[in-house]
Amino acid sequence: MLTLERVSKTYKVGLFGGTDLAAVRDVSFSLQPGEVISLIGESGSGKSTIGKMILRLLAVNGGAITHDGTDIATLRGSALRSYYRTVQGVFQDPFSSFNPIFKADHVFGLIRGVYFGSASTAEWERKLNDALEAVTLDPGQVLHKYPHQLSGGQLQRLLIARALLLDTRYLVADEIISMLDASTRIDVLNLLGDLKARGLGILFITHDLSLGNYISERTVILRRGRIVEMGPTAAVFGQPLHPYTRMLIASVPRLHEKWGQIDAGVRAGSGWAPAPGERCLFHAAVPDGGAAADLAGLAGSGLAELEAGHFVGCVAPTADGTCGGRSASAA
Amino acid sequence: MTTRAPSAGAQTPDVVQGPQGVPTVPGAVPVGGRPDPRPMSRRGEILYFALRTKKVIIGLTIIAVFLVLALIGPIIRPGDPDALIGPLGASPSADWWFGTTSFGQDIFAQFVYSLGSTFLVGALGGGIAAIIGMTVGFVAGYRGGWIDEVLNMITNVVLVIPTLALLLVAAAYLSARGVVVEALFIGFTSWPWAARAIRAQTFSLRSREFVNLARMSGVKGLRIVFGEIAPNMSSYLFLTFILLFGGAILIAATLDFIGLGPTSGSSLGLMMYDAVAWSALQLGLWWWFIPPGVAITAIVGALYITNVGLDEVFNPKLRNT
Ligand SMILES: Nc1ncnc2c1ncn2[C@@H]1O[C@H](COP(=O)(O)OP(=O)(O)OP(=O)(O)O)[C@@H](O)[C@H]1O
Ligand SMILES: [Mg+2]
Repeated sequence: MLTLERVSKTYKVGLFGGTDLAAVRDVSFSLQPGEVISLIGESGSGKSTIGKMILRLLAVNGGAITHDGTDIATLRGSALRSYYRTVQGVFQDPFSSFNPIFKADHVFGLIRGVYFGSASTAEWERKLNDALEAVTLDPGQVLHKYPHQLSGGQLQRLLIARALLLDTRYLVADEIISMLDASTRIDVLNLLGDLKARGLGILFITHDLSLGNYISERTVILRRGRIVEMGPTAAVFGQPLHPYTRMLIASVPRLHEKWGQIDAGVRAGSGWAPAPGERCLFHAAVPDGGAAADLAGLAGSGLAELEAGHFVGCVAPTADGTCGGRSASAA
Repeated sequence: MTTRAPSAGAQTPDVVQGPQGVPTVPGAVPVGGRPDPRPMSRRGEILYFALRTKKVIIGLTIIAVFLVLALIGPIIRPGDPDALIGPLGASPSADWWFGTTSFGQDIFAQFVYSLGSTFLVGALGGGIAAIIGMTVGFVAGYRGGWIDEVLNMITNVVLVIPTLALLLVAAAYLSARGVVVEALFIGFTSWPWAARAIRAQTFSLRSREFVNLARMSGVKGLRIVFGEIAPNMSSYLFLTFILLFGGAILIAATLDFIGLGPTSGSSLGLMMYDAVAWSALQLGLWWWFIPPGVAITAIVGALYITNVGLDEVFNPKLRNT
């Protein structure tokens, strides 16, 4: 099991790194084998940062990420290599995931050198062909080509095939669908479904609610680095508890609606702020901000479990854990 | 600046020839192996363009001529090049190709020996500076953090050290200095700009996704630097070396000329120093200072011309073929 416990990440930005940018704050959730969690949030909400921390490409500033009980920050050498044997990722931008001066198969060569040193060439080629077949790629069409000679969708599927070559148990899939056209999109979604059936845990990062709804059992909604709502996908989409989630769901374009007909508050988009007088369900349930209560192992993470497995965060969280919304005092 | 991959396979025909020349659909793997229709490897392509770029050919030819002279010269004129064997201050003739000094030394002999030491200073000084600069630049750029800060500080310190003052002090203490000592001195003081340039390049490449992908493939840090990052800036590294090489030659000539050069051995700068010290200019012994002056200018100039030409080779956008 992959567990994030109150994970935070602060980037140093600005001249001389003088300013702190809190990209991820107090994020806690866990990913089980055979489960798809969609991590949904607008651009800049910290989704990729979470993915990179899980893949140990970025160090956490606070909290910890554990894999079957081991803090991944402590992994070195062969322990780190075996971590990457089971935890893999596919990134948002397939073009920059390939070194432009090498042919696309270089990404396979790398893992062959590290993990399959003893495999014979025939054995390796068979494995490779199987992996490519799984992502519906024709080996002759994609191997021995430079990345710029392949399409974004082909590159993205090569990266998925790369993850399949290892004994991947957990996959971080960062916006892997957005690059694909409608027909390959279905192929890849179905592939993810197959992988899930084979017991993979998938963190499906997206800003597309309908994709998240389609594929995942659980949904985590992120806003400005914080989890605002988390729970079974059906519950989050069916009975959203947080006003931000409701706004996101309302803003999904529907085929029969025109832009002008949509609620003005929804159209305001990322400038979203809780309406004055909006009731804070979190502070209503946990008046002291959850500091004292152990909420299903999520003490202090700023989430209250209102229904079984369905968590909600504060409407207007402030740095000191109090509610910036008007109703906080009323609660 | 990153070099885009050359479109080696851009000319790849859509229909590849199968065995027996039968055209097959791309992707259909013919029996007996995968087709590899690429006409050229990256290295082959670079060589192809390098040998068709005028500037590269001109530059390399000039350098090759001097290099050959430096190598075969001592065979044509064996013995001590500083021996007083000829007439005093003779102008160039069939016997004394470049004439003689006012002491009767054979200038051609001095010239060819000096060429050798000039290449030695360039290769050794430029080589050391390139190795230090690349190591510091790669480590600082890839590791970042406090390692970067420490290395950056060292780089800046070396950058602002007044080289000349240091050399004056060294000259006072080291009574006997050879060409190698001079080359070492140049190597250990001229690397900072290279380190800074390479650090900046490495830094920008480090955050690229393909580096992350290599890390996720269990590849070790050192191999990521040399297997992923360095090849992406190979042209840059090559050009850095050329500039350091030329720079070392120029610095050596300057040091020699102002009297801070080797106390033993010969060099082009020393020849010019001697010529000026013994009033060759006033006495009209032009053959004493013209050859070393021309050689230094020509070698450094040729290196820079090659540099510009190679820029075109490595950067497909500058190619005009
Ligand atoms: N290397 C970095 N240095 C400084 N700030 C960064 C860095 N990477 C990301 N950020 C900032 O952190 C925040 C979260 O970025 P992140 O990439 O995680 O967002 P995201 O949710 O993946 O967005 P998108 O949907 O656009 O991919 C953003 O405000 C971004 O500007
Ligand atoms: Mg992202």
